[in-house]
Amino acid sequence: MSKQFKQIHCTINGKERDVVVDVRASLTDLLRNDFTLTSVKKGCEVGECGACTVLIDGEAFNSCIYLAVWADGKEILTLEGLMGPHGELSDIQQAFIDETAVQCGFCIPGFIMSASEILESGKLYTRKELRKLLSGHLCRCTGYENILNAVEKTMYKRLGLELPEYLQDLSVK
Amino acid sequence: MEKEHIVGKSINRVDAIEKVTGRAKYVDDITDKDAYVVKIVHSTIAHGYVKSIDISEAEKVEGVVKVVTCFDVPDLPFGTAGHPYSTDPAHQDVCDRKLLNTHVRYYGDDIAAVVAEDEVAAAQAARLITVEYEELPFVLDVEDALKEDAPLIHEEYEHNILKHTSINKGNYEEARKEPGLIKVEGWYETPTVQHCHIENFICSAYMEKGRMVVTSSTQIPHIVRRVVGQALGIPWGKVRVIKPYIGGGFGNKQDVLYEPLCAYLSMVLGGRLVKLENSREETFVSNRVRHAFKAHITSYVRKDGTFVARKMDLYSNQGGYASHGHSVVAKALGAFPQLYPCDNVEGDAYTVYTNRPVAGAMRGYGIPQSMFLYESHADDIAKVLGMNPYEFRFKTLMPKGYTDAFSKNCNYEDTFRQVMEKGNAYIHYLDKYEKYKNQTGDIRRGVGLSVFWYNTGVWPISLESSSCRMVLNQDGSIQLQLGETEIGQGADTAFSQMAAETLGIPFEDVHIVSTQDTDLTPFGTGAYASRQTYIAGFVIHQTASLMKEHILNVAVELTRQMKDNMDLINGNIVRVTDGKVLMSLGELATERLYSLQKSEHITAESTYQIKNNAYSFGCTFAEVEVDIPACKVEVKDIINVHDCGRLINPKLAQAQVHGGMSMGIGYGLTEKLMFDERTGKALNNNLLDYKLSTMMDHPHLEGQFIENYEPTSAYGTKSLGEPPACSVAPAIRNAVLNATGVAVNELPLNPHILFKRFKEEGLI
Repeated sequence: MSKQFKQIHCTINGKERDVVVDVRASLTDLLRNDFTLTSVKKGCEVGECGACTVLIDGEAFNSCIYLAVWADGKEILTLEGLMGPHGELSDIQQAFIDETAVQCGFCIPGFIMSASEILESGKLYTRKELRKLLSGHLCRCTGYENILNAVEKTMYKRLGLELPEYLQDLSVK
Repeated sequence: MEKEHIVGKSINRVDAIEKVTGRAKYVDDITDKDAYVVKIVHSTIAHGYVKSIDISEAEKVEGVVKVVTCFDVPDLPFGTAGHPYSTDPAHQDVCDRKLLNTHVRYYGDDIAAVVAEDEVAAAQAARLITVEYEELPFVLDVEDALKEDAPLIHEEYEHNILKHTSINKGNYEEARKEPGLIKVEGWYETPTVQHCHIENFICSAYMEKGRMVVTSSTQIPHIVRRVVGQALGIPWGKVRVIKPYIGGGFGNKQDVLYEPLCAYLSMVLGGRLVKLENSREETFVSNRVRHAFKAHITSYVRKDGTFVARKMDLYSNQGGYASHGHSVVAKALGAFPQLYPCDNVEGDAYTVYTNRPVAGAMRGYGIPQSMFLYESHADDIAKVLGMNPYEFRFKTLMPKGYTDAFSKNCNYEDTFRQVMEKGNAYIHYLDKYEKYKNQTGDIRRGVGLSVFWYNTGVWPISLESSSCRMVLNQDGSIQLQLGETEIGQGADTAFSQMAAETLGIPFEDVHIVSTQDTDLTPFGTGAYASRQTYIAGFVIHQTASLMKEHILNVAVELTRQMKDNMDLINGNIVRVTDGKVLMSLGELATERLYSLQKSEHITAESTYQIKNNAYSFGCTFAEVEVDIPACKVEVKDIINVHDCGRLINPKLAQAQVHGGMSMGIGYGLTEKLMFDERTGKALNNNLLDYKLSTMMDHPHLEGQFIENYEPTSAYGTKSLGEPPACSVAPAIRNAVLNATGVAVNELPLNPHILFKRFKEEGLI
């Protein structure tokens, strides 16, 4: 297919944008190349690894298999848009730091975006349910253990509930 | 003023904020968008010669800038292993590949490269290239490669043997004649697997002032610099390599991958910026994989479990090019007589070229494979003897005080038994083993145990050297620079803790420069062999001591106090005789830098050569549930216990253990790169069909430690990077043995292999 362009209108991290996109481009390409939103990572470009996850109208999508033209009329949120107006970290970002959930960091933006969707639901999930909800993200560094702890702890805090016993003492033995 | 201890504290990572905000920049994030894009053309045969390449159609594609083929590149064979260089040619890596190859050695070898203005044009052009081959027979397995009539993959290597080494201790043939000995033997086998770091390999190159500047997702920038120089035939000083944040490595990026090709393409385009990024599919096939091992082990033991004579033939599947070559299997062979010491041992290890993808370094460097072989065999012996595998190991494993004659490594503490006791206390192996061993029914439980042997760094086989620079700022903070690289493991945080501790300044006042730039960063060979915390520790300690000495000399001039009466504590010059703070380090630095009499920029830099190595041992206990009709294994509970010396940062250490356990579970149960027997083509080189563990595939991962201070170490620490991946798979295998009575001697324990074995044993 040769180059064809289309103008779309969307909201990216709270800002309305009119942008001309190559109809072959993925949303990942659009966000990285046109808006330098480099938190959106490319790990497979076929929807297998989850590193490119962004929220589209509040729902987590692999942006690598979502065409940029489909973003017309949508609200897109990337990790860059998760901070407060003065650059304050959100609770889930802070939890990833405090729970030692970060290693190489490449999968982290995607994980945090899916975690945001989960937390925004306001629902209380079991640890097993959280595993399933986050299983679209691959990580080779962390074994997922501390990522799960970060998400689960934040969920309990947001719901104003006491942490279950297994999350209370995570000190190294 | 009390000194605040920083080493040993679970401080948050120095790069955590950057990584949770998306501000951490990786190679693609810092490459100009106007970079030309490279697409590599890979061979579609497993073995043969490229006779001709037609690029005429490709060149017509709009946006194509240049097409280079295997007939165009310099005739300069080079090696790619991320080993320290040796000035002795006998110890240099095998140079068996060129930038692009006419003699192709695996399905996916590199034969041409398209440079275009954008990715689509490059990919379209690459598809239009037609290649004429002269096909040769190919071999995927070691057995076939060793046959008399096998095709030679590299003509100068007879029987495709890249290297063969032996160990001989005592007299195996005589010793095994002792009456009453019990013979246990078996074949054990591990698969080809891939690292699967989430960031695929990527690099870029351009020229500046006649020099080549390469930015790469690598673990080994200083080594990449040398190899780019060698491969292009240019002086090493004309190459500058920059390593920003990288999205994991696990040994794949301890190889020089496509940096030389990318640099060459930039060079032939007058130094224009060129970017080369691998797809996931390419990463699986055309980067590096873990060597598949196959071994036959024979042990002669007395009824009480004592080893009398042992023999092993070990084969390592190298794939098409030498890369790390024999050093991987040599490490495994070296562990064989040490883990279970025995007076009479014969061992032979062969590294054999095949037409599979190239095997290189991968987390554990021969030890995850060999522990599957050795620790499966250990359980098999215990079973024949009717001994509990825990008790068998307690009796026969390397004792306290054992010293290896070659490396001079000493087992200072009774580490193996300590870690086993701790693991047993968590999972209750001894109770459960007895309870589970005679089960019937379709769903059965089992517990398994495996230990692992590991050593830290590469001394005395190769150079161990590290350099460090500290630069004092006006406010008393420092920049810390090392050649050793942060690849996700947390090295930068551990290094900063060490520097703060020894220099005597707050942790926040250490600004580590995470990026390595060979023009700016002191020399260090990089992230491999789980060496960095140990090796860099020496030079950080030495450089901080030099820096402190320098600072206290200045303090003498500024405070008129005796040097030995002063110390640098928490960022202050303190008179230790009465604890009085004389001045802050910031005041000292500012005063000195702007002094009209004696202005001085205070720095320290040094190199430390390490002539030590340290054992780092541990174990895994796993509890599994086996669904026999479904041929499925689920890990229900698992613990790793490590003795990696003193923990510099306990939470980071534990996180490292989690990651290794996850990789080990994949190795044990699901991961295998498969090949089409008819073509040699990889069948599952993507993250959908290659089953690496997701969050659903793990139970809770328990990581615990025994902290025996390592006496040779600057901070009491030693290896932890690779060890967590070393003993998981055999522990799972041994748990399945406990559950079902079936010994599975081949990884992974997936339904395909379990079905075959359960059928053979009459379970289904």
